Amino acid sequence: MTTAPFTPLIQLSGVNKHYGALHVLQDIDLTVGRGEVVVVIGPSGSGKSTLCRAINRLESIESGTITIDGQPLPAEGRGLARLRAEVGMVFQSFNLFAHKTVLQNVTLAQVKVRGRSRAEAEAKGRSLLERVGLVEHADKYPAQLSGGQQQRVAIARALAMEPKALLFDEPTSALDPEMITEVLDVMRGLAADGMTMVVVTHEMGFARSAANRVVFMADGRIVEDRAPEEFFANPRSERAKDFLSKILHH
Amino acid sequence: MHVLTANWHTYWEGFVGTIELTAVSSALALLLGVLIAGFRVSPVPGLRAFGTVWVTLLRNTPLTLLFFIVVLGLPRFGISLPFFTFAVLALSCYTSAFICEALRSGINTVPLGQGEAARSLGMTFGQTLSLVVLPQAARSVIGPIGSLLIALAKNSAIAGSFSVTELLGSYRTINELGYSIIWTFVWIAVGYLVITLAISAVFNLLERRLAVAR
Repeated sequence: MTTAPFTPLIQLSGVNKHYGALHVLQDIDLTVGRGEVVVVIGPSGSGKSTLCRAINRLESIESGTITIDGQPLPAEGRGLARLRAEVGMVFQSFNLFAHKTVLQNVTLAQVKVRGRSRAEAEAKGRSLLERVGLVEHADKYPAQLSGGQQQRVAIARALAMEPKALLFDEPTSALDPEMITEVLDVMRGLAADGMTMVVVTHEMGFARSAANRVVFMADGRIVEDRAPEEFFANPRSERAKDFLSKILHH
Repeated sequence: MHVLTANWHTYWEGFVGTIELTAVSSALALLLGVLIAGFRVSPVPGLRAFGTVWVTLLRNTPLTLLFFIVVLGLPRFGISLPFFTFAVLALSCYTSAFICEALRSGINTVPLGQGEAARSLGMTFGQTLSLVVLPQAARSVIGPIGSLLIALAKNSAIAGSFSVTELLGSYRTINELGYSIIWTFVWIAVGYLVITLAISAVFNLLERRLAVAR
């Protein structure tokens, strides 16, 4: 899908993490190139959400390194905040600021983190809301929107920072079936525009149609990392065959 | 009634004294309470420890004892301030420990995802707390904080025993003039009621203003 030369944007090497006795990330090596869309799939408890959250350090790691655009991820403080501003995140539970309107949700960090003027931030915010089809809801509060609408606002909020990459942590798992499409359509649009994306999802249709690579995780390890058509047609590992047979036949 | 009219000046001075003491101490207690609550949820272990010690010491010391420590203790270190300032220090530090804990329980009612979303957008700890978490925590702690400030207004009566002009202390002057002790106290109680009802009215208003749709 990408014709540009491969330049790494997100690099994880030798990443390990435990939750107590559970070794949730085991020697993870993963490189995501600029403009690439990488879909992470796997059974629940496989560590895929933890992996996604580790990339902007919402989860700390015990060993290994994570670099974003060549810069190692700082442990804490302002350096970490600055790097996080470059990597947008979309959550399963939307996490829109409940006390702010839709427009305020997409302008707050632009003003406070990027230092843009209010007018500039609002213009950008409105154009992004336009893009996700919600500009007429700008003055509503998140609770007044449907789940699908909230998630589209959350995507607009992340885009407003003009991030280098976007992380999606099961963005459609909390949505009613008829709302999944509207969110996936927005994500497909981003992928087509060349946004670098790491998407943890159970939407195999999205993986087939929009991903450059599918990363299959099980028990804290990356088991397969291949192009989607190869992976779905001909999974190599027993673990992946078993997983696909369970999810594709119902 | 004539106890009040005959001693209007004494009552008024005490009434104003209590209002000043309450207002200044409330402002400082709120400021300190927010700061210490910030310490207690901060990622820096040293600040968390400081916050815990602050709350544990001040919340578990009787207020009168705290007044003695401030009024008798600080001058030993060469710090001599007006009695009013000493009283404000004792009252506000004491109340700040309770406000901190009320805020902290409010902070715990805000879903974790709100802070994560703020951090993922590149906000610092201070921005996350002040722009996203505290405004939402405030809604659930307005009621308890109102109660704490009402308690502060009544606790300010202790300052009267430490040479600060305030409402309760006005009974001494009036009693020496031979007025009925019962009516003296009835009017003092009315004075406190005016102050505490005003505080609860303000907080009821705040509660209604902050309760927007979510």
